[in-house]
Amino acid sequence: MAKIIKPEEMLKSISYTPPAEGWMDLPLDTSPGRWAYPAKQDKVEYLMHEMPGIFANPRQWNPADVDWKLPANWKEIVVNGFRERLDKYRSLKVFMDICVRCGACADKCHFFIGSGDPRNMPVLRAELMRSIYRGEFTLAGKILGKLTGARVLEEDVLKEWFIYFYQCTECRRCSLYCPYGIDTAEVTMMARELLHLCGININWILEPVSNCNRTGNHLGIQPHAFKDIVEFMLDDIETITGKRVKCPLNEKGHEILFITPSGDVFADPGIYTFMGYLMLFDAIGLDFTMSTYASEGGNFGLFTHADAMKSINGKMYAEANRLGCKWILGGECGHMWRVVNQYMDTMNGNLQGPQMKTPVNPITGTVFENAKQTKMVHIAEFTADLIKHNKLKLDKSRNSNVIATWHDSCNTARGMGMFEEPRYVLKSVVDNFHEMPEGTIREQTFCCAGGSGLNTDEIMDIRMRGGLPRGNALKHVVDKHGVNTMACVCAIDRATLIPLADYWAPGVNITGLHELVANALILDGEEERTMNLRQEPLPGFEEE
Amino acid sequence: MNAIFSLLLVLALVVIATLGAGAAQMHTIFAYCIPGTAFIIFLVGFACKIIAWAKRPVPFRIPTTGGQQKSLDWIPQNKWDNPSTGPQTFMRMVLEVLAFRSLFRNTKVVLHHTDGKNPIVGYVSAKWLWGFALIFHYSFFIIVVRHMRLMMNPVPFLVQMVDFGDSIMQIYTPTVYITDALILVGVGFLLARRFFDAKVRYISLVNDYFPLFLILAIACSGIYMRYVAKVDIMAIKDVVMGLTTFNFKVPTGVDTSFFVHLFLVSTLLVYIPFSKLMHMGGVFLSPTRNVPNDTRINHYENVWNNPAVKPHSYAAYEDDFREPMFEAGLPLEKNPEEAA
Repeated sequence: MAKIIKPEEMLKSISYTPPAEGWMDLPLDTSPGRWAYPAKQDKVEYLMHEMPGIFANPRQWNPADVDWKLPANWKEIVVNGFRERLDKYRSLKVFMDICVRCGACADKCHFFIGSGDPRNMPVLRAELMRSIYRGEFTLAGKILGKLTGARVLEEDVLKEWFIYFYQCTECRRCSLYCPYGIDTAEVTMMARELLHLCGININWILEPVSNCNRTGNHLGIQPHAFKDIVEFMLDDIETITGKRVKCPLNEKGHEILFITPSGDVFADPGIYTFMGYLMLFDAIGLDFTMSTYASEGGNFGLFTHADAMKSINGKMYAEANRLGCKWILGGECGHMWRVVNQYMDTMNGNLQGPQMKTPVNPITGTVFENAKQTKMVHIAEFTADLIKHNKLKLDKSRNSNVIATWHDSCNTARGMGMFEEPRYVLKSVVDNFHEMPEGTIREQTFCCAGGSGLNTDEIMDIRMRGGLPRGNALKHVVDKHGVNTMACVCAIDRATLIPLADYWAPGVNITGLHELVANALILDGEEERTMNLRQEPLPGFEEE
Repeated sequence: MNAIFSLLLVLALVVIATLGAGAAQMHTIFAYCIPGTAFIIFLVGFACKIIAWAKRPVPFRIPTTGGQQKSLDWIPQNKWDNPSTGPQTFMRMVLEVLAFRSLFRNTKVVLHHTDGKNPIVGYVSAKWLWGFALIFHYSFFIIVVRHMRLMMNPVPFLVQMVDFGDSIMQIYTPTVYITDALILVGVGFLLARRFFDAKVRYISLVNDYFPLFLILAIACSGIYMRYVAKVDIMAIKDVVMGLTTFNFKVPTGVDTSFFVHLFLVSTLLVYIPFSKLMHMGGVFLSPTRNVPNDTRINHYENVWNNPAVKPHSYAAYEDDFREPMFEAGLPLEKNPEEAA
């Protein structure tokens, strides 16, 4: 982790009073720490081959340098790309045209709240692009120029886009408050697509995309290694419960294909959530398989280009068909569910094989009508249904040392609306639960500041600033209720909230929902448990 | 700077009309030619803009979900903030357009530094903008409806009722319209925000100040006509009726202030289709509001979907990793011997 200033100093550095000079005249800081590392040349080359027309200009370059080695005709590329997208997306065109700059969004962005940087006001972030729209595509803008907020496209503009459209996590909080529903995420996506056309990109996104394409998951875990990791976790489950549970991989003929973000397979604390899923499936005798080919729920393609997102997402249906699964159960992930809920069927619905059916919970008989088209159910919906029908034997006392709060992930909140299902599950397995303050939860929730591919360590200052609103709300319930655990349903959260909590609210554990479920869950034929999934002693079994 | 420029621009418009219709007596031009042309530009421009938006595809349904989704039967759905059907979406739009639902959510962030205590980032309710925006827009709307009495003969009952309601306070002669006062309050607030809220001032352009000053000038000229100059309404109605029925008569007995008012309104009409004021049409077409959250339930087609974009195939994947998969005992479509 890069060295950054202390929380108190960071707080003191924040001022919401804008500077004297206009934003177009503000200097642009491109020093290290202000940007994530550019993509490695070979990753760009591989992706150009695999997904033509999306990425370009593979090269070694450094954003701190003056020369970004752009293609000679970069301006033509951007202007044409912009025009093309204005014609393809009503959203972009309308959002460029109708903003009245009422300022309702100005203080809604976590990056603005944590930095006070005026270009982090969502309205201004969109103006970074809108000013070019006026200057290049409208008559008034061409004639009147700066007076109407127009400017011409120069190399510095692309640099500014790179810095600020990679300081937007596409969390859509601003769009909730906008009287016209202007969605900065949509603007950011378009800006990033245009930047990709010139070879301006970050490795933290392109490497996962390229990995995901080849190995089936962002982390580049190859199939045999995937199997090894799963075996390790089965060993751990056996150590904890005395029971060997199963995790079929790439097996045909199972009813359900289970797909979760690879972060769950790879890193602490995601792995505990992963173990939780497997224990749950054992408890109910679920007929499922996982796949190494489609071993990624997340979709970093979403952070690059609509076609990259589509290509990566298509594996889910392709694999369900190959394995003959009737429907897909999806694990705990944020942007995965933005994709599944708002894009998947529209992009790839035609790939569904005839064997795919409206999902039915085989244990309770519940028909998931809300997923009848995608044939894909969120595990929080699934588990809530199980608990509601009393199908799980739960011992909440095993979580009695947990004082929990709930972090709504931005994508499942504002790109889906899943609020009650995980809360119902959480309250069923934990006795002590406290909400963070109103205005910071549910549809108004704050991002972890690492979404949309920004969960990389070289921009830790930016991340911690963006994490202030979430961290401060967490600190509030830590002080007031002694909260020691923040649960969530997002793999990126499980990675990013740890440094965030360490920085803003030390002493809080980050867990997935199904880690807590599995702690409470009683398996048939298990031994008396003395430790939780982290192999820490359960309440009552602490060593003297 | 942007504000002063906008104010000067509006004042220039007033001067043009005063000189043109007053000093130069170009009554026909200011009574018929300019407003007629402006109205045509408004209609055509507005329609073109809406059509241009409407014909652009909405490839994906991307509503911003503002409440609980439809999922399990026993979990109550927040139908108006997260609609899953057409009628529910209609209600969301009704609330958005008529009651400014999203603006109602507005909060203001505050950062408290108290020595020796943890700094607090707080979010306080901030409904001022919502309230004054409602006052402004509804006043504007009622005023437009009221003006219909000048354009129609006989005056429709609804218009009479609006007129009656607006003047129900029965004070002063001629009777004061409530909305005349309220629109000044509304515009005043919206302008004051841009002057005094540092963040809003920072983002404000000429495009923001100019329409506010223009509307303020329109309101003021209207108020001047009615309460100060006490212009001859029947003479004005003759002119307006002439405009709407293409029966042009030389205006007689009409005060110059009327021409100023009409010229400013004409400017506004011309300005609307080319400016942010198109938000009045755009709000209906915003893809984060006007579609249901139902792509898991129903299939939609993206009109520019590219069928050539396919996932990296399983066959290619197995070709890539067949040996290690075989050694790890993972099921294969073709074992290494078959593949060789």
